[in-house]
Amino acid sequence: MSQASPREVSLQDLQGSPKRIRRERAFRGLFFGAAFFSIVISAAIVFSLFGEALTFLRNVDLSALIDVEGGWFPRRGRFDVITIITGTVLVSLIAMVVAAPLGLGAALYLSEYARPRVRRALKPILEVLASIPSVVLGYFALAWLSPNIMQALCSQPTSFSLGAAGIAVGILITPLVASVAEDSFRSVPMALREASYGMGARKRSTVTSIVFPAAVSGVVASLILGFSRAIGETMVVAIAAGATGGSLFTVDTCGPGQTMTAAMTSLAIGSDQVRGQEGTFESLFFVGLVLFFMTLALNLLSERFVRRVRLRY
Amino acid sequence: MTQPEIHVDVSRHEGFASRELVFEIKDLSVFYGPFKAVRDITLDIGKSAITALIGPSGCGKTTFIRCLNRMNDLIETARVEGEIKYHGVNLYDKKVDAVEVRRRIGMVFQKPNPFPKSIYDNVAFGPKISGFKGNMDELVEQSLQKAALWDEVKDRLKESAMGLSGGQQQRLCIARCVAVQPDVILMDEPCSALDPIATGRIEDLMQDLKEEYSIVIVTHNMQQAARVSDMTAFFTAEVNEQQDRRTGVLVEYDKTENIFQTPTDERTENYVTGRFG
Repeated sequence: MSQASPREVSLQDLQGSPKRIRRERAFRGLFFGAAFFSIVISAAIVFSLFGEALTFLRNVDLSALIDVEGGWFPRRGRFDVITIITGTVLVSLIAMVVAAPLGLGAALYLSEYARPRVRRALKPILEVLASIPSVVLGYFALAWLSPNIMQALCSQPTSFSLGAAGIAVGILITPLVASVAEDSFRSVPMALREASYGMGARKRSTVTSIVFPAAVSGVVASLILGFSRAIGETMVVAIAAGATGGSLFTVDTCGPGQTMTAAMTSLAIGSDQVRGQEGTFESLFFVGLVLFFMTLALNLLSERFVRRVRLRY
Repeated sequence: MTQPEIHVDVSRHEGFASRELVFEIKDLSVFYGPFKAVRDITLDIGKSAITALIGPSGCGKTTFIRCLNRMNDLIETARVEGEIKYHGVNLYDKKVDAVEVRRRIGMVFQKPNPFPKSIYDNVAFGPKISGFKGNMDELVEQSLQKAALWDEVKDRLKESAMGLSGGQQQRLCIARCVAVQPDVILMDEPCSALDPIATGRIEDLMQDLKEEYSIVIVTHNMQQAARVSDMTAFFTAEVNEQQDRRTGVLVEYDKTENIFQTPTDERTENYVTGRFG
């Protein structure tokens, strides 16, 4: 081959078109703006919550916030948050009792047992369940769970109950738990299953001793996410849990009760058209702030678990 | 389609004259869906020996070795024709439980795949699930010693196996396999993800292991086959141009030194001398 003469290259040749570089920057800015917008919105929400919540705290006797005897009757100036936090936690725990076995079971079935064909048919059905509006589930709790399930479980059943609401919320979050858990089961490398089968492990031992432990962080994350969603669920509890105006402190899941979200709705819609005492309306924001911190903490926690899964393999 | 012209007369090998057979494979063909992955494999595998399977990529070595402990059962579309006798019992008999087969015929995979558990638990897993009642600590130590890993890990048995180097992980996988006290160990390119030093250690280890276990190894590395094995089977791929599919066939099976020094088939000669593959 003949020797090629060295080519002349100037700095200008390598600079590229300024127009293209500008366009590149513009796009970057555009997408950054979109990402930044969500941060601004979140900050604005927190800010407005804080403002109103502070007004509330300033106007209210702080000892009224914990007054288990008084219960939650914001229009009468009784703001016992323990009452509504207990209601929320009870509903969420019942929801988890329903959603954890159903969701994890479905996830294990879909990822480990179902043939691809079955899986392709079942996944969309699960997603349909996830897309049922919660208001529908609320009435389902009222019209079906209450007379059928709660009737059988309770000695003195009432048509509105924390129990019925909890079961309905559990149905609501089952697809979420199943989907997050299934992702984490499926992210367990095939090589681990093969290693297990290669040693003469049966399917059951492989699933319980290898796949499940390997995916345990994701499983925990799915449960925390489900719990956090249950805490925030509003419509089902507003319809089925009862106690629109307020509630006394109760741990009786067979009877009606008040959750944080339901308390906020009834304040917001103001069903009795009464402005109530000073601070009544602002208490909505205070409850919202507490709720916000509860779900934020749970989401951060689940995020940590999800990240642990990723680091693993 | 042409009939295979391959006929291996086992009695020819003096190595087998006194040697008990572990596998007798006759007319084995494996399909993935409609496609034939390997066809008409007939060969015998002897006890307490290292049998190497060599050949170019896509020639069905891995498919073949995974039939020997019914790992191919895990692939839904896989189907096996022909016969594999293991100590005289047909492995694909309807009454045979693949789980029992795999307890006797262990497997070491291409990429080290330790469980994300402690070193100790990795080794103890197999015995635990098969109902081992004896002294677990002792068994774990023995197994790690057989895999030449004990000295390196004895002070950190409770630490995660994921912290070991690739070579150590692969030896852990061998220890884990040995712990269930198998009869045969299948190794599917066990050194392909390892550096030469780690590879050397595993090859040395195989020499120790073959006293107790029959080993079948798939390898891409011809030097490795020449170094470690007693018998070598050379596979190649028949290419079906129309369907762009490859079907693996067994070309030649003989004592390793014969395969490498005096191969009878031209294709084997081309491959082992590096003119092909």
